[in-house]
Amino acid sequence: MSGEVPLWEVFIRPRNGLSHKHVGSIHAADEVMALQAARDVYTRRGEGNSIWVVPSAAITASDPDQAAENFEPTGEKIYRHPTFYDIPDEVGHM
Amino acid sequence: MYSQGLIGADARTDETPEFLEAFQNRIDAEEKIEPNDAMPEGYRRTLVRQIGQHAHSEIVGMLPEGNWITRAPSLRRKAALLAKVQDEGGHGLYLYAAAETLGVSREEMTEELLDGRAKYSSIFNYPTLSWADIGTIGWLVDGAAIMNQIPLCRCSYGPYARAMIRVCKEESFHQRQGYEIVMTLAQGTPDQKAMAQDSLNRWWWPSLMMFGPHDGDSVHGDQSMAWKIKRFSNDELRQKFIDATVPQAEYLGLTIPDPDLKWNEEKGGYDHGPIDWDEFWRVVKGHGPMARDRIKARKKAWDDGAWVREAALAHAEKRKARKLVAE
Ligand SMILES: [Fe+2]
Ligand SMILES: [Fe+2]
Repeated sequence: MSGEVPLWEVFIRPRNGLSHKHVGSIHAADEVMALQAARDVYTRRGEGNSIWVVPSAAITASDPDQAAENFEPTGEKIYRHPTFYDIPDEVGHM
Repeated sequence: MYSQGLIGADARTDETPEFLEAFQNRIDAEEKIEPNDAMPEGYRRTLVRQIGQHAHSEIVGMLPEGNWITRAPSLRRKAALLAKVQDEGGHGLYLYAAAETLGVSREEMTEELLDGRAKYSSIFNYPTLSWADIGTIGWLVDGAAIMNQIPLCRCSYGPYARAMIRVCKEESFHQRQGYEIVMTLAQGTPDQKAMAQDSLNRWWWPSLMMFGPHDGDSVHGDQSMAWKIKRFSNDELRQKFIDATVPQAEYLGLTIPDPDLKWNEEKGGYDHGPIDWDEFWRVVKGHGPMARDRIKARKKAWDDGAWVREAALAHAEKRKARKLVAE
């Protein structure tokens, strides 16, 4: 449809020291209006102190159908976790 | 506010039994379904319709209350009402965004609302005749909406559940500011108390209708429950609402306009009189007292805003072109 207003993904940092987190999306003609709309829609009660807006079209996502081959192999790699290694109690906390 | 018992869902679906079973297993394991996951067409259509109806209800719901913003009796009340109506607009936007993850566009949903194909909650087709109605809407209508919406925070579809969590966090203020308005009137002069009672008389039954038809008459309830879009039946939610609200009315010294309302010790809840379902269906189908005005107001806002949308897009294009040249 012509005249569709672009979609933006909105990320908010709740407070300094934390990462920006995806909170939802918004329609806006450009990045300036997207920031204003995101502020009005997603921060009416002190939800954050910084906003990122990203054109939704700019996001490349992994395919959920490939979730198994992408993410399941790490489940078998238990040697990546500290508990895999036996350290005698006498050594103390490590 | 306001999802209503879903009106006219379409849960038919024709995928293979293996696919449907694997999907149902995910649902039964309380796994959330996310936008790009494979899902039955019936599940998608039901959600598009339900989330769309819900979003439209939030947006149309701004109208009856917006009607009183300029006439709020004090600055405190006006600031609160403005904030509440703005929240409802926000709820509409969270929900439209959630529906869009299912592949429907904002423009399509807007068109469906304006040409009458899409429904919204029947409650907003009643007029707000007095200031007391603003209190009663917050108390009863947002109260009923909260009952409906809390279980939706656990809906199987991730984006809907996340939107509902945001909405529910904001609703409590709506109900409390409404109850405070009604309380002020109920404890005021005899005229003010009469205004509060009149308002309760008009909004009580439409509020009960917000939960949708009785379980026996609700067409697609079972499939929605199996898919964990819905967690409680219409009648269960209506019962919870009545049991929570009756003591609140008693505290105010107001009378619920139902002569058959009485405590049932055995079931541990109130029994209520018959609901006028003819009225419900009339209003749902667009014959409510305000139905025409509501859509007319939405259409005017959409049409009057057309030049703004066009100008904003043209400006964005121009800025983009200038930036390219500068680079
Ligand atoms: Fe709302
Ligand atoms: Fe609300």
